[in-house]
Amino acid sequence: MKLLTLNFLTCAIKTCKTSPASFPLHPRDAELEIIESEINLPFLRNILPRLMWEEIRVIASELGLPSLPTTPPTREDLVEGASQAQATEQAEGEAVAEVEEVPSQTAKDLHRILLETGIKEGKLVCGNCAHEYKVMEGVANFLLPGHLV
Amino acid sequence: MATAMTPDDSQGSQRYEEEHVHSVYEQIASHFSSTRYKPWPIVERFLKEQQDGAVGADIGCGNGKYLAVNPRVYIVGSDRSRNLAQIATQHYPHSAIVADNLSLPHPASTFDFAISIAVVHHLSTPARRVEAVEAILELLKSPQQGEVAASGGKALIYVWALEQKDSRRGWDEGHEQDVMVPWVLKEKKEKAQKERKGRRKEAKEGAGVEGEKSAAVNQPESAKPAEDKTFLRYYHLYKKGELERDITEAGGEVVESGYEKDNWWAIATRKQ
Repeated sequence: MKLLTLNFLTCAIKTCKTSPASFPLHPRDAELEIIESEINLPFLRNILPRLMWEEIRVIASELGLPSLPTTPPTREDLVEGASQAQATEQAEGEAVAEVEEVPSQTAKDLHRILLETGIKEGKLVCGNCAHEYKVMEGVANFLLPGHLV
Repeated sequence: MATAMTPDDSQGSQRYEEEHVHSVYEQIASHFSSTRYKPWPIVERFLKEQQDGAVGADIGCGNGKYLAVNPRVYIVGSDRSRNLAQIATQHYPHSAIVADNLSLPHPASTFDFAISIAVVHHLSTPARRVEAVEAILELLKSPQQGEVAASGGKALIYVWALEQKDSRRGWDEGHEQDVMVPWVLKEKKEKAQKERKGRRKEAKEGAGVEGEKSAAVNQPESAKPAEDKTFLRYYHLYKKGELERDITEAGGEVVESGYEKDNWWAIATRKQ
């Protein structure tokens, strides 16, 4: 399960959802896997404003991944020499639009952590009720036992 | 077609759906998935209408055939069947998890859109169907949050219709709405497999949107019937206007609704 998913997940128990402690879920005993994929700049740019950055930093640090910068990257940060390209575009008009955008190191790092890094086996734990959800073969299971439904 | 005898208490309903819906899909997952590849037009249109970068939820995503329709959005799919969710994880860059429509693990008011395709009709009481719709609407951004004034998130909900007298099933107004529908799982034999491929198109033409095989039409002569296994799935067939009523009761507002090939569908938002 790619880490980006955690940005949109909380505890499945209704009474937990209103508690801030239920988000994000905390990985435990996680075995990570890397599934390489082609970087998609427009996708990263689109998803950027939706990221709960502070929470993603917490997850990354809990997983022992390299620490993320304290402030989220901007859209411009994702492209190599973005400010330069903008200047040229103004001067030459449409000709520049055909130049392929080159992903910056920031974009590559973001792609690596959100889309290529995944939890293969382990648990996701709610910070409010401590319920554990299992991740098996890369799929997280949120079905609740009968007494919790 | 057998009439379904549904229990009327909540615990009983859960057990009933476990036996007559969840466990069936778990067992037929791979075969079911192989027959589900073509997106339905209304669903495709809805997905393609979403703004670039929109984030959506596909509640009851099955094999994930809708995840990849619009490459400019990101969708988290969920399904009650682990085997189907596992198949759905293949659709990069989207995600798929195992979850129950009535206990969804998503923060409320987060999604730009949601789809629920052929799912709500599997819940066995009126109250549980309304609860399922409520759970879907709850995921959506409220109208105040939407980027365009007063829009908010939208959900597309799709259910099987009672009124389908021209379909292979032949149900129509006045018929029993709670039914058991068979799914025939063929024993894997090379010869039977081959024949099935040839017949798939034929079956698609005649069948409703659901398109599953019927024992009578698709029985290859060479296959021994004893080796086939028939599973019965519970369905509540929706009457005209019933989906809209469920949505209103769940606190939603119907923006658009209609009928497409044996199914009722509606696009809904949360009330202001």
